[in-house]
Amino acid sequence: MIVTDVVCPFCGCLCDDLVIEVDNNEIKTVRNACRLGASKFLKHKKNRKKKPIIKENGEKKEVDFDYAIDKAVKLLKNSTRCLLYGFSSTSNEAIEYGVKIAELLRGYIDNTSTVCHGPSVVSYQTVGYPSCTLGDVKNRADLIIYWGCNPLNAHPRHLSRYTLYPRGLFTERGFLDRKLIVIDVRETDTAKIATKFLRIEPNKDYELVSAMRSILNGLDIQQDTIAGIKRDEIYEIVDMMKSCRYGVLFFGMGLTQTYGRDRTIDNAISLVIDLNRYTKFSIMMMRGHYNVTGSNQVFAWLSGFPYAVDFTRGYPRYNPGETSAVDVLSNKEVDSALIIAADPVSNFPKEAIRHLLSIPYINVDPFYNLSSKYAKIYIPTKIVGVEVEGTAYRMDNIPIRLRKVIENEDLPSDEEVLKEIYERLIEDEIVIKERYSI
Amino acid sequence: MRLLLKNGIVFDPLNNIKGEKMDILIENGKVVEKFSNERDVKIIDCTNKIVMPGGVDIHTHIAGGKVNAGRIMRPEDHVYFVKEREGIIHSGSGYSLPTTWLTGYLYAKMGYTFAATPAMPPLSARHTHEELKSIPIVDKAAYTLFGNNWFVFKYIREKDYKKLAAFVSFILKSVKGFAIKLVNPGGDEAWAWGGNVKSLDDIVPNFDITPRDIIDGLIKANEILNLPHSIHLHTINLGRPGNYIDTIETIRIAGKYSNEKRQVMHVTHIQFHSYGGKTWKDFESKSEEIVKELHKYRNVTFDVGFVLFGETTTMTADGPMEYYLSRLTGLKWQNLGIELETSPGVTPIIYRKKSPVHSIQFAIGLELALLSDPWKYCLTTDHPNGAPFIRYPEIIAMLMSKKYREEIIKEVNPAIKRRAIIESIDREYDFYEIAIITRSAPAKILGMEKFIGSLNIGNDANISVYEINPEKYTYEDIIKAFSNSYLTIKNGRVVVKKGKVIDEIYGKTFYVAPKIDDDIMREIYSDLSYYFKRFYSVNLANYPLDTIYLTNPVEIKTIPKLERIVMK
Ligand code: SF4
Ligand SMILES: [Zn+2]
Repeated sequence: MIVTDVVCPFCGCLCDDLVIEVDNNEIKTVRNACRLGASKFLKHKKNRKKKPIIKENGEKKEVDFDYAIDKAVKLLKNSTRCLLYGFSSTSNEAIEYGVKIAELLRGYIDNTSTVCHGPSVVSYQTVGYPSCTLGDVKNRADLIIYWGCNPLNAHPRHLSRYTLYPRGLFTERGFLDRKLIVIDVRETDTAKIATKFLRIEPNKDYELVSAMRSILNGLDIQQDTIAGIKRDEIYEIVDMMKSCRYGVLFFGMGLTQTYGRDRTIDNAISLVIDLNRYTKFSIMMMRGHYNVTGSNQVFAWLSGFPYAVDFTRGYPRYNPGETSAVDVLSNKEVDSALIIAADPVSNFPKEAIRHLLSIPYINVDPFYNLSSKYAKIYIPTKIVGVEVEGTAYRMDNIPIRLRKVIENEDLPSDEEVLKEIYERLIEDEIVIKERYSI
Repeated sequence: MRLLLKNGIVFDPLNNIKGEKMDILIENGKVVEKFSNERDVKIIDCTNKIVMPGGVDIHTHIAGGKVNAGRIMRPEDHVYFVKEREGIIHSGSGYSLPTTWLTGYLYAKMGYTFAATPAMPPLSARHTHEELKSIPIVDKAAYTLFGNNWFVFKYIREKDYKKLAAFVSFILKSVKGFAIKLVNPGGDEAWAWGGNVKSLDDIVPNFDITPRDIIDGLIKANEILNLPHSIHLHTINLGRPGNYIDTIETIRIAGKYSNEKRQVMHVTHIQFHSYGGKTWKDFESKSEEIVKELHKYRNVTFDVGFVLFGETTTMTADGPMEYYLSRLTGLKWQNLGIELETSPGVTPIIYRKKSPVHSIQFAIGLELALLSDPWKYCLTTDHPNGAPFIRYPEIIAMLMSKKYREEIIKEVNPAIKRRAIIESIDREYDFYEIAIITRSAPAKILGMEKFIGSLNIGNDANISVYEINPEKYTYEDIIKAFSNSYLTIKNGRVVVKKGKVIDEIYGKTFYVAPKIDDDIMREIYSDLSYYFKRFYSVNLANYPLDTIYLTNPVEIKTIPKLERIVMK
């Protein structure tokens, strides 16, 4: 059987043109995907479990789903403050239940943007975000800038599907109609194919953006080099930006995690806003996990805030730096956690991991990762986009429905597990409802 | 379950009921003439209370990409306006951008039971519906953006209205849309290159058609498809001094057409399009001219888009306008160019009493309403553009009380005396007229009077009861009563009692499905597959969405007819 128009549940590109050959519920071949995407389908059996695993009296044992969910509900109910964390690699439908659980339990909830594009979101809240969809880039853009990111490795089809190579209505000759600028601290693979590569000194991004804005706003640059880049070159780049027909600046972790963090991004967004006085210019975050964008969106429409939400007072609050996952862990604010579709034990700061490992937590994930290993309760689930459908948002906020390619009858989905937890938790609440009824 | 609302003073304009003392009977979620049996009847005494059909909001940005982009961009809108979770009733936050759960509750608290979100880009329709799905209580619908769509441009340029209609119907069905919406037709395409259209006869760059052609073509498509609502139009030059000329020109386009059942053009938030003057300095009200023109045409309706003083968020699919506004205010700005379809933007605004322009905008909204026939228009603020919808009760009070208006006018910029006419208007609305502009007229204009906006026997029992003495009241009483409905009943269930949300159910979602012949569909299908392959960034197969994204979907089928374009 051939399944067409399959959506790749790996990176923020959400390529939706995959063609997958399935025989007897086995994935045989994957066409159109890059190697990262293909391996998600082809290696879907790696690191999987068939049953939940619970740690009791220092021993791990396999249990059935009903029992594991029951234990999870008890754990959450008996804790005073819980943290829900993860959500960037699952469906919106599951995320929605995550928010409901956090709200009901008056806990904290956060998604992985807290450790990646968090600063970008804060900047978005300061100056705005002039952006567009990837199809707009494909049809119109004649100048592409990648700053602090290396899509050829991290989002391998970004250039071919959306930015540099495709032929659109106003870019009929594909890459011949476009210029590519790469700004990075090292000469990445993407930098190698650039029309212009600027090797910037580490942590000097703020200075370079400021220089560009100064030139754009009619001031003169006195120094010979800024951020390791020659004065003339900066002028040349600004000129390219001003004179293009439609430019787009993509930026990644290399920009968000340098000195200045959200201040640097404020400045970069302001640069793009300034450029709109001369031509059409957009900016876009290179989102990593395939649905980290969706997690920001669902959090926002349910709570009003895109990440780091605190429900401890019964209503949503937001104060990244205080209410974000890393901080509530480091400050020992929580005594239980529910980790879903993420692996904080592998990538959180030491302090946060230390507290996480000291409290009982539940891990819901299709894959048995490092965070699963230390969980009190691990509940395996279906892989969204491979074994179950669901909604996800591309890095440009375009919602796409992920498809099911093969059956997996052994496991529930993330959504089902969270829904079940929520419904068991809410049984008590029905009593309160009676009180209000007329 | 049977419910008897006893002895209320009923206002139901679609049934010509003007404040009569009557009982309303509800059984199995519907309004009934008599109960099938008398057991288990819950009686609620409504003596000295006002009973109306549930409120209908024809134009309110409550869900979708730009609303949520606004939420993400404006935590400051959320921090000071929060609601705690109580029992099964969820928490929420947001003043001009309330979260989805809160949106449903706030509408219900005002006695509203229907809200249509007016600007869904087809490509992100799934997002709009995901949010609508999580809005409780109210019935919902989403208008779909067509005014800057490349296919629309193509078929209009080719004057192939049959294909245009078929394409529109394909999109509406695929994205579960309710009506054809146009926002700054042609302007967003120009904005994709940093420009805009300035007049109805400007050429849209690269596409060789004009805003006038687009409006005209989509009226034709709408009439061919025989949709319940007419085109829903946000015309060009929103918010610009002197734009009333373009608005009058726009209205005249409708003059060519007629439809025996309803209008052929609904001009939305017309307040923002009723400006005279050449610059911000001589900016003035042209409400009289606009009202005069509107009332010449039986086939044009409108909603107001009132402006109230205070802070709010502007958001429209009019990208160039949002950019322009943000440069005027210097506040944060976002834009989302959506390939082949549209380009929405968002930026905050503070309407200030001391500003002459804002004061005049405030006056124009009231003037338009007070000078018009209430059946011709609906009460809206273009939420949240003119003010958040939770401020409707203040508008109701202003329309009902000259005294209230005078008190506010005292505090605003004196420009309002010279460059607006609000002070000269004495009219005060009564409850019947308020029921028209918040219930009956919007239902009728939507072509939905069979479903909403009346207490017809057999309709869903969507009812609001307000605690106010209709013989004697102050404007404070009005604000209080309409802000906290005594009862809101949705599908026969009491969801609000004394201003408190006590129950949560999910309403219906309406969308249209015109029936199109297979052979026309085949023809446009080849265009679709070509455009999707070449220009879109998603595959055609992944574009349509399923009704799983809708709460209680209701499909409204229509039978299109090519002859249906009746030219005068
Ligand atoms: S670029 Fe990203 S979404 Fe596309 S196939 Fe590769 S991993 Fe998947
Ligand atoms: Zn609007």
